[in-house]
Amino acid sequence: MENILLAHGGGGRLTKKLIEEIFISELGNEVLSKLDDSAIFEHEGGKLAFTTDSYVVNPIFFPGGDIGKLAVYGTVNDLSVAGARPLYISLGLIIEEGFPIDELKKIVKSIKEAASFAKVKIVCGDTKVVEKGSADKIFINTSGIGKIISHEISSTKALPGDKVILSGSIGDHGIAVLQARAQIHFKSNIESDCAPLNALVEKMLSSKNSVHAMRDPTRGGLATLLNEIAKSSNVNIFINEEKIPIKEEVRGACELLGLDPLYLANEGKLVAFVDGKTAEGILSRMKKDPNGIDASIIGEAKKGKGTVILKTKIGGERIVDTFSGEQLPRIC
Amino acid sequence: MCLAIPVKIIKIDGDKAEVDASGIRKEASLKLLPNVNVGDYVLIHAGFAIQKLDEEQALESLKLWSELNEIH
Amino acid sequence: MKYIDEFRDKKSVEKIADKIRELNVSAKLMEVCGTHTMAIFQHGIRSLLPEGVKLLSGPGCPVCVTPSSDIDLAIEIANRPDTIITTFGDMMKVPGRRSSLSKEKASGKDIRIVYSPTDALNIAKENKNKNVVFLAVGFETTSPTIASTIKEAADSKVDNFFILDSLKKIPEAMMALLNMGEVEVDGFLCPGHVSVVIGSGPYEFIPRDYGIPCVISGFEPLDIMQSIYMLLLQIKERNPKVEIQYKRAVKPTGNLEALKILFDVFEAGDSTWRGLGKIPGSGLRLKPEYSQFDALKAFDIKADETIEKDECFCGKILRGVKLPTDCKLFSRSCTPENPLGPCMVSSEGTCAAYYKYGRK
Repeated sequence: MENILLAHGGGGRLTKKLIEEIFISELGNEVLSKLDDSAIFEHEGGKLAFTTDSYVVNPIFFPGGDIGKLAVYGTVNDLSVAGARPLYISLGLIIEEGFPIDELKKIVKSIKEAASFAKVKIVCGDTKVVEKGSADKIFINTSGIGKIISHEISSTKALPGDKVILSGSIGDHGIAVLQARAQIHFKSNIESDCAPLNALVEKMLSSKNSVHAMRDPTRGGLATLLNEIAKSSNVNIFINEEKIPIKEEVRGACELLGLDPLYLANEGKLVAFVDGKTAEGILSRMKKDPNGIDASIIGEAKKGKGTVILKTKIGGERIVDTFSGEQLPRIC
Repeated sequence: MCLAIPVKIIKIDGDKAEVDASGIRKEASLKLLPNVNVGDYVLIHAGFAIQKLDEEQALESLKLWSELNEIH
Repeated sequence: MKYIDEFRDKKSVEKIADKIRELNVSAKLMEVCGTHTMAIFQHGIRSLLPEGVKLLSGPGCPVCVTPSSDIDLAIEIANRPDTIITTFGDMMKVPGRRSSLSKEKASGKDIRIVYSPTDALNIAKENKNKNVVFLAVGFETTSPTIASTIKEAADSKVDNFFILDSLKKIPEAMMALLNMGEVEVDGFLCPGHVSVVIGSGPYEFIPRDYGIPCVISGFEPLDIMQSIYMLLLQIKERNPKVEIQYKRAVKPTGNLEALKILFDVFEAGDSTWRGLGKIPGSGLRLKPEYSQFDALKAFDIKADETIEKDECFCGKILRGVKLPTDCKLFSRSCTPENPLGPCMVSSEGTCAAYYKYGRK
């Protein structure tokens, strides 16, 4: 059988067969293989972080990753930046009738590898099939649970005097996906930066209580994220263009297409607002992690009303606003 | 109104060229700029090369700011 | 020499900023070109200039000056069966009278963004059973690329490719602006890439007949700062002329091959500009031997006369008479999420640029 049929989502024999052959064979563990409605697991007490997200990326396969890998790492990162150790993930799939099973297998294999690498378990799942045209190939919804291992970290807790640390180069994922969409034809070696950040975060959290706010700049990019934190914490944020890491090729693609890298999506980066005194120490620990090698202190928070100001490479100054809508390639 | 960026010509195949912008490779038409060579830097706009960049003039422009010191 | 970073050197920019201050000249300079508007904001150039030097944005944003009737035409064609509309990304969010291309795309019409008119022609070649219409918007930098594409379509005998012509010419618009008498401009920062094609000749009438300095400027920070310096020096020395700052790309005669191809396919015609009205000879229309590529002819539709609403200050902003902050609607009912006029829709439109980068 080559393609998903509506019957695969029916709950009957075909559904069972699909689950055994595709999901359990790859993802089976002592919890998941029970195939109960809810996953029950032991927990010794303490706070839990719980997140949910949906993944509808187009195209589903892109340089450096796919929708499965994105779903796992995206969920892991949402938990990590909240100061939690990611533990368990649920997996809900909505699949379009006619979707090739070979591609589904690839995605599930990718999920397995990502979960193993990030040291999280997929403990429950659900699959629905919809008529052709009702979904764009495959949508994935996840929920994730993690154990809080730090003090409270929140977008509302950035303070004047905090230094802003960016864990690495911006724009890689945005450009990788754009290239894969093939509306604009160009060749590059850019790959999505899709990666789990839990190990990096744990290195940062060993400085007790120094990390005040932390988020991952996904859709909307760094600019949108900084604006959210600036407004939530009621601070002004000053950033230095010279300190923002960006790969040469990403810059080239942005120049070519008239895109601003500050608004491009990232899937393996974080931004943290840390106590000014401990910033250098945290930075050097980050640089020891594969996902923090290019980490940089890009600016600082000051007293203010929620404005983000950029010092440009030539010494000028401008305001960085939240982006509205989708950034489109331009010729003018 | 017109985003055009400097790129390097890597390959020429008739009236088409493969150009490089900081590692990004793209195809561009040479129909508006027929007399160029591999290694030249050109401006491309909407997929077409529109002018060859003159290195001498570029260097002169870069020197201009230091000449300003002498004029005033 | 890679022609980008060298022209973004911080120390050089600082030196020129010092020299500009030393000149001690106050002036209102108009940057005609929307790409200049973007570059000036993105690099924070205004923050480096002395108080007395003011930069105004002119009508060089093809998205801004395209009348909403042109968008309406594109939408009407998109609603015809078996039709694909192809367009530069810039046009997607421009509001027509009732809708926009991006809203129509969301409701299922086949509307595709292309980077080059060649991509649009390729879509036509790959979809022989459909009519492919390319929204031809732009100034003299872009029109030769479209002319070349039409020639290729003619040579390859493609019969399902058309253009919706909204092409415009900059020097005629600058003349119309000056004749309106409503603009107080002490110098023009002329569009570098338009000039790559047309050269410096078409601007000669400006210092000659109006006594206003012109400098043809590149787009990197150093280019813009140098050009501002050169304009202020011309003003100080009372010696208006056309100077080329962007010497590495602009020849006085322009790109003759591009001009030849352009005028093989197009000829001058009247054109309506939002905010400026109808300007004679300021547009380009297909010559009779290429009229089979005219979408209006092929689809048998006529353009509506644009009825401009007075609430939107876009016209006055395009002429540099008012600032976005003078418009009652700016950042209140007119925002990038809900643009009422093209100046806000285009990411390089004066209002959008002010909103994103300049609003305090």
